[in-house]
Amino acid sequence: MTTIFGVPTQALFGQLLLGLINGSFYAILSLGLAIIFGLLNIINFAHGALYMMGAFVAWMLLTYLGLGYWWALGLAPLVVGLFGILLERFLIARLYKLDHLYGLLLTFGLALIIQGLFRNQYGVSGLPYAIPAELSGGQRLPFMFLPNYRAWVVVASLTVCLATWLVIEKTKLGAYLRAATENPTLVQAFGVNVPLFLTLTYGFGVALAGFAGVLAAPIYSVNPNMGADIIIVVFAVVVIGGMGSILGSVITGFALGLVEGLTKVFYPEASATVIFVIMVLVLLVKPAGLFGRTA
Amino acid sequence: MLRSVLLATALSALTLGAAQAQTAVKIGVLGDRSGVYSDISGEGSVVAARLAVEDFAKLDPSVKVEIVSADHQNKPDVGAALARQWYDRDGVDMVIDGVTSSVALAINQVTREKNKAFIDTGAGTADLTGPQCTPNTVHWVYDTVALANGTGGAMVKRGGDTWFFLTADYVFGQTLQRDTSTVVTKNGGKVVGSVKTPFPTADFSSFLLQAQGSGAKVIGLANAGGDTINAIKQAGEFGITEGGQALAGLLVFSSDVYSLGTKVAQGLVLTEPFYWDLTDGTRAFSDRFAKQMNGRKPTANHAGVYAGILHYLKAAAALKDVKDGAKTVAKMKEMPTDDPLFGKGTIRVDGRKIHDMYLFEVKKPAESKGPWDLYKTLATIPGNEVFRPLNEGGCPLVKG
Repeated sequence: MTTIFGVPTQALFGQLLLGLINGSFYAILSLGLAIIFGLLNIINFAHGALYMMGAFVAWMLLTYLGLGYWWALGLAPLVVGLFGILLERFLIARLYKLDHLYGLLLTFGLALIIQGLFRNQYGVSGLPYAIPAELSGGQRLPFMFLPNYRAWVVVASLTVCLATWLVIEKTKLGAYLRAATENPTLVQAFGVNVPLFLTLTYGFGVALAGFAGVLAAPIYSVNPNMGADIIIVVFAVVVIGGMGSILGSVITGFALGLVEGLTKVFYPEASATVIFVIMVLVLLVKPAGLFGRTA
Repeated sequence: MLRSVLLATALSALTLGAAQAQTAVKIGVLGDRSGVYSDISGEGSVVAARLAVEDFAKLDPSVKVEIVSADHQNKPDVGAALARQWYDRDGVDMVIDGVTSSVALAINQVTREKNKAFIDTGAGTADLTGPQCTPNTVHWVYDTVALANGTGGAMVKRGGDTWFFLTADYVFGQTLQRDTSTVVTKNGGKVVGSVKTPFPTADFSSFLLQAQGSGAKVIGLANAGGDTINAIKQAGEFGITEGGQALAGLLVFSSDVYSLGTKVAQGLVLTEPFYWDLTDGTRAFSDRFAKQMNGRKPTANHAGVYAGILHYLKAAAALKDVKDGAKTVAKMKEMPTDDPLFGKGTIRVDGRKIHDMYLFEVKKPAESKGPWDLYKTLATIPGNEVFRPLNEGGCPLVKG
C-alpha cells in the first residue's frame, strides 16, 4: 500500500473527504457572515446562536408539530430569518452610524441571551434528532464508508453557496446589493430603498445560519452551546478569506476544512488550533485576507 | 431560583420550628448551574437536597436544616472562593455536589483548612481518596478507577480484548485512559492505539475513522458530556457498531443517554452506581424528583446528593453538633450507610463510599417503553471489587 509520511493514501483520501464535509459548515456560515459584514458593516457575533436556533427549530418542528427534516430544511431558515429581521429592525439598525465595536458588543450580548434562554429551557446535554430515513445508511467507497447524509451535506451546502454567489454576482438584485455595499448614499439617491435592503440582507444572512443549523442537527449534538463552539472558528475563516469577500469566504471555508482534516491525521492535538495559526500567518502576510481588497 | 430555595427552606424551618429544633445544620449545594455539567448537577442537586431534608424530617425532627446553593461555573477559583465565604461568613457546615474534578480538589482543600465537611458526588478524580484525601471529605458516587474497573474489566471479559481510545486531550481524559488501559492489560487485553482529541470537539468523524481502521474490537471513549454525545452519535452514522466494533462509554450519565436517544445509543455499555429504574426505592424517589424537574429523571450525582445528605444528617442527629467537620465525617465513617438509592454500604477510612456499581447496556428502541426507559442491567459489580483497594490509593490516612 502506498503511504504518504507513514499514512496510507487510502486513509488520507477518507480524511480529505471528511475535511470537505466540515468545510461545508464553515463555508455556509462564513458566507452569511461575509454578506452581513459586506453590506451592513456589522460583525455579527449572534451568528452562532442563530445557527443553534436553526437546529432547535428543526427539533421543535419535529417534536411539537410532527414536521420532519425536509420541512425543517425549508421552515427553520425562514423562522430564523424572520427572527433576524426583527433583530435588525429593532436593535441593529440603530447602530449603523456608530463604530464596529458597538455592533459587535450588541450581537455578542444577543448571542449570550439567546443561548441562556435555550439553556434554561432545554438543559445543556442536548436533544436527539435522527438522520432522515431517506438519507440513512451509506456507501462503501474503496477508501472509506461514506454516510449518505454527509454526502448530502456537501451537495446541499455547495448548491446553496453557489446559488447565493450567482444571485449576488449575476443578477440585478445582486448588482444593487454590491452597489449599496460600495456607496449606500449614491444608491439611495437612485431610488433604491437601502434600509429595506439592509434588513432583508441581514435576514438572508442569518437564514443561512439557520439552514446550516438544520444540516448539523442530525450529526452534531443539538445543544445550546453548539453555536458558541463553532462561531470562533468561522470568524477565523472569514478573517482568512477577507472580511466581506463572498467568494473568498466560501473557498476559504472548504479549504480550511481540508487543512483541518489533514491535521487530524498527522497531529490530532493541533486540529483545533491549526486554523488560528493559519489566521495569524495570513494576517502577517496579507492583512486584508486572502481574497480581501486593501482599502 | 435562590429565592425559591430560601423560601422552601424557610417554610421547612417554620414547620420544624414547632418540633423543638435542637441541632442546626446548614448545607451548601455547590455545583454547575449554567455550564456543561448543569444537567448532571445544577438545579437537580438542589431538588435532591430538599427531598433528603424532607425525608429526614420525617425520621427525626430534631435537626433543623437550611439549604443554600451556588454556581461554581466549573472554575476552581470560583468554587474555592464560594466555599470559603460560606464557611467563614455564612455558617455553612457542609458542602455537597462539587462536580468537576479540578473544582472538587479546590473545595477539598478549603474544607480541610476550615475543618468543615465536604461530600463530593459529582467529580470523578480518584485522587480525592488517594494522595489528596482528607479527614473532612467523603467521595460518594463514583471515581475514575471504578469506571475503568467496571466498563474496562467487563468489556474484556465479554471478548473485547483489543482497544482503541478516543481521549479528550486534558487531565481527566488522560487519567481515564491510563486507568482503563491498566485494567484492560491486567485482564489479558491489549491497547492497539489511541488518539488525543482537542477539547471540546464537535466532529469526531476523522478520529472514528482512525479507530475503525485500527481494527480494535472496542473503542473506548475517554471523554465526557458533549464530546461523548457527539462521538456516539457519529459512530452510529459511520456504521461503526454495525461493523462489529463496540463502543465503551467510560463516563456516561443517564442524562447523556436520554439526550442521544436509544436509537443512536443502543448497545452502548457503561458503568453507573445508580439508575432510576432499579428498585421500588429508586423509582419512588425518581418520581418525586421528576415532578419538580419537568419530568427529568435524576442522575447518579443527584442520587448521591440525596443519599449523602441523608447520611450526614444521621451523623448530625447522633452527634447533636456538626461544628467540627472532621468529627462529623468520622461519625459518618463509623455508621454503616443505608438509603433507598444505594442500599447498604460503608464509608472507608480514606473517605471512599463503598456500594455496588452496575454494568448497563443501553436498550434497543424496540425494548424501550418510554424516553427514560434506557438501560438493562448486565451485571452487578460488588463494591469491594469495583473500587480501588484501600492500600493502593496512597492516602495518608490509611495506616500500614
